[in-house]
Amino acid sequence: MGRGRLEIIAESLIEWVIRLCGISAIIFIFAIFLFVFKEGAEFLFNELDLTEFFFSKEWYPTSGYNKRYGVLALIVGTGSVTILAMLIAVPFGLGAAVFISEFCGPRLKESLKILIELLAAIPSVVWGFIGLTVINQLIIHVFNAPVGLNILNGGIILALMSVPIIVSIGEDALKAVPDSYREAAVAMGATRWQLIRRVLLPAAKNGLLAAALLGVGRAVGETMAVLMATGHSVNMPNSVLDSVRTLTATIAAELGEAPVNSDHYQVLFIIGLLLFSITFVVNMTADLIVRGVRKK
Amino acid sequence: MSNPDTYCIKTTGLNLWYGDFQALKDINLKIRQGIITSLIGPSGCGKTTLLRCFNRINERYGNVKTTGSTLILDEDIYTPEVSLIELRKSVGMVFQRPNPLPISVYENVLFGLKIHGATESQEKSTRDEIVEKALREVFLWNELKDKLHRRATDLQLDQQQKLCIARLLPLKPEVILMDEPCSALDSEATRGIEELMLGLIPKYTIVIVTHNMAQARRVSHECIFMLMGELIEHSPTDQLFLTPRDERTADYIEGRYG
Repeated sequence: MGRGRLEIIAESLIEWVIRLCGISAIIFIFAIFLFVFKEGAEFLFNELDLTEFFFSKEWYPTSGYNKRYGVLALIVGTGSVTILAMLIAVPFGLGAAVFISEFCGPRLKESLKILIELLAAIPSVVWGFIGLTVINQLIIHVFNAPVGLNILNGGIILALMSVPIIVSIGEDALKAVPDSYREAAVAMGATRWQLIRRVLLPAAKNGLLAAALLGVGRAVGETMAVLMATGHSVNMPNSVLDSVRTLTATIAAELGEAPVNSDHYQVLFIIGLLLFSITFVVNMTADLIVRGVRKK
Repeated sequence: MSNPDTYCIKTTGLNLWYGDFQALKDINLKIRQGIITSLIGPSGCGKTTLLRCFNRINERYGNVKTTGSTLILDEDIYTPEVSLIELRKSVGMVFQRPNPLPISVYENVLFGLKIHGATESQEKSTRDEIVEKALREVFLWNELKDKLHRRATDLQLDQQQKLCIARLLPLKPEVILMDEPCSALDSEATRGIEELMLGLIPKYTIVIVTHNMAQARRVSHECIFMLMGELIEHSPTDQLFLTPRDERTADYIEGRYG
């Protein structure tokens, strides 16, 4: 039975559409990078003093007589909130991953996984609300602080937002440990804790590291929630109760007010480029680590 | 050390269910100390389940119910007072697929002692001796003495399986259970494992599940034939293969089903 010309054309057309869908992700990534780069390129190559950009904490992009574009305080802001968030989220997330993978029965496991996915689905602006209201009050009461919008607040919010990704990737990593290892250890009389500490954690360590790194990537890139929770003031912090401002929040807050193609506008794009590079490196590292696990 | 009249494992009225499925039906047996006993029978006859009862590793899967009594050296292992950790220390197990842990050869051999908290007070030289002794007992010392710090999972399969036997020895188990230990190995490697098993008795009592009739004849002193969760016949190996008492045993060893 011969096939009609139309059918053959349709088939190859579908094939092309599917192929296009497949490579579109790559195209988008490059397009985004190019666009961000293009918007900031002129200033980046001609006027920006990179030493000042990275090592000065003077961020006065709208000053009338002396504009200064130092992002050190913003980098410190992003860094401090991220580090605090990870200090909270990594132990919690990995602990939860171990619990889900090793301790709970199949029914509890399913419900927990669904709940954690729900946690990941909460919009970041809602997390911002929680930071502004609940955690703000809490910090003021507990620490007797003048304001509750600070590194601690942002760190807690970001930790809550990163936990789901750490749990799900971490759980995958533990699930990938062959059951024969568990059986071997249990048959020799290992207790559950010994099994986890001596067998599972070493065997899954790459996957767990990747989980933590993906959490970092999530935390570095988060914008709205940290904008609302950290106090949004350019500041070199002395303690976790100081307000800071992050790279992401700066872009979100200022881009709308910066005249298109002005120096300020271009610097914001350069900050975007910096963020893009950080998250790219972090995610890439995580990905390579996970791949390393699979190969073995 | 071994006394032919001493029984190492005794069961009376042992029944086991996986959920609603009864996998073992009223098993009564006495396994002698210091010899090798084979469990044979067609797939699904319950021989692996029976083997896994002896160190209660069955219970990993939940929804397992066991009744009746199982005594190892006259101690009932299904009473609530029994410590699974101590039980598994004295009843070691070797699995179908070699399953060394993804740590070094050296650490694998010491793993058992470590989890039972015995290595903390030991000198390094004592530990080295323990490792050497265990590896010598399984004929691996000469092959591996320069590779002690290699990852155990990178060894050849038969070396892995021998290592899995070696790592039980520092715990001085009473019984070693082997669940088709050669099914992943070629005939050369199988011979190596069999030789090693014969070297381990009468110091240890060995119970082996095997699909391989020839292997059962070569290594075991006594054989237990099982069918559909029941114990059909338990005799000295020669007798079971040459003059089986039960017709079903005869049918099986002549390959009429299996």
